[in-house]
Amino acid sequence: MLELKEIRKTFNPGTVNERVALDGINLTVNDGDFITIIGSNGAGKSTLFNAISGYFLTDSGSIILDGKDITMLPDHKRSRVMGRLFQDPMLGSAPGMSIEENLALAAGKGGWLSSVSKAQKKEFRERLALLNMGLEDRMKQPVGLLSGGQRQALTLLMATYNPPKVLLLDEHTAALDPATADKVLELTERIVAENHITCMMITHNMESALSLGNRTLMMDSGRIVFDVAGDERSRLTRDDLLDAFKAKSGHALDNDRILLQ
Amino acid sequence: MDFESVMTLGTTALELGLMGSLTVLALFLSYSMLNVCDLSTDGCFTLGAAVGAVVALSGHPFLAIPAAMGAGILSGFVTAFLQTKMGIDSLLAGIIVNTGLYSINVAIMGGSSLLNMNKTETVFTKMQALLKGTALGGSYKIIVALICVALIVAFLTFFLHTRLGLAVRATGNNPDMVRSSSINPGVTTLIGLCISGSFTALSGCLLAQSQKSVNIDIGSGMLTVALASLLIGNTFMGRGGLFKRAVGAVIGSFVFRLVYTIALRFNMPAFMLKLVSSVIVIIAIAGPYLRSRFPLLARKLGIATGKEAR
Repeated sequence: MLELKEIRKTFNPGTVNERVALDGINLTVNDGDFITIIGSNGAGKSTLFNAISGYFLTDSGSIILDGKDITMLPDHKRSRVMGRLFQDPMLGSAPGMSIEENLALAAGKGGWLSSVSKAQKKEFRERLALLNMGLEDRMKQPVGLLSGGQRQALTLLMATYNPPKVLLLDEHTAALDPATADKVLELTERIVAENHITCMMITHNMESALSLGNRTLMMDSGRIVFDVAGDERSRLTRDDLLDAFKAKSGHALDNDRILLQ
Repeated sequence: MDFESVMTLGTTALELGLMGSLTVLALFLSYSMLNVCDLSTDGCFTLGAAVGAVVALSGHPFLAIPAAMGAGILSGFVTAFLQTKMGIDSLLAGIIVNTGLYSINVAIMGGSSLLNMNKTETVFTKMQALLKGTALGGSYKIIVALICVALIVAFLTFFLHTRLGLAVRATGNNPDMVRSSSINPGVTTLIGLCISGSFTALSGCLLAQSQKSVNIDIGSGMLTVALASLLIGNTFMGRGGLFKRAVGAVIGSFVFRLVYTIALRFNMPAFMLKLVSSVIVIIAIAGPYLRSRFPLLARKLGIATGKEAR
């Protein structure tokens, strides 16, 4: 269970550019939740992920994962239990190193001075084969040669190689062409379900916001304005969602990339 | 030129090339792998030379090697510490350490700027004594250097394939990805620079012992010379496995020294070494950039390149 209590973050405090990015976020994410998050531009969606993954220290509030306070834990330590994917497929892997070497780092098995074993290579092949992209036959090739979709699929595999407690997906299919995006999304659903990973996904696709997962959050001006799950959510249409947003935030959803269908 | 002088020329280039190649391998790790341009290289080279000389002068020719390497590790540690923990820009950290090392080096050399090892036992004199009377008697310098280079290349190739080595390479390639693999990129930078520092110091130690003296200026310009060698090596063996690229770095060092020794034969003054190395680095780095800019330049100037006709 992931708990956020009164999380606040202000950028450039005390200057003319002061901006409250997170304005007292309270959120309890239950084990096995698959939460979709939508919101306007600058609502604080990515900032929320940055706070959870430890990219920066929050100004106040606490973050508790499975009863352990991780508020002060640096990002590289949190990444043992958290996986994160970004919109940019280039961010999650090292382009100059081979697929095998990238996976070896993600797997993080064995001593520091041990090299990749045969058993591990076999395991990598098997895992890569599950992606259905033929990457298992290109293990020695540098990751820089892969397409955006292949690279994002690989990043997904790397982020979930040792199933994390929480997986943060920051519009991870937005930069891909529609067919590839569907494929990566399908992989995401499968991997998350198979490993029972608690997952939070930012999306600008209203359709997937409702069709994926079991709970939907709407964010506006650094606050969670709408939180819906269960039966209530399954009855919602995307128009209901837009209306709900307007009612709660006082203005229409103004995301310039929002996809209504 | 007769055969004998060609051989002498080749031998000199091979000796200097092999000993210098350890600095090139250090840059291969720090510059090519870790993506850090370590400007403390010059000072670290002199540090290795000074420490090695002082230890050898005190009667421990073999201890001189690990002592010099240890000093290099320390120097690399300080440079890395400044940039990863103290928020000092990596280039600036190198320059600061380099400047500080000047005083430290003079202090190590007992306040003098020149140490003489004419009658001192070194690893080279030991090898010379060992090989006396054999067919290899004259090549003792090359043999010592070759052993060191082979060991370092083997170690480096092994290291870069270990999990720690992968993490070091990824740090230069995509530090965010290192963080998301639960590894602190600050630590991998630290480890990488410590190792590269030890190579550089070993390089300085060997050069000083082979020429039987240390001058406080022995390391000046070494970074540029090594960078030139590394870039030359890249043009030969820039692609392929890490072992091949490491060997390429050694070959680059040899080729650089060969060209330089030949130029000396044709009466180029010795002081031109550094200008030559600077020009090589400029050409090697600016060349590909300018080539990529050429189509734009050509269009601006209205030169037909034959490509836009299609």
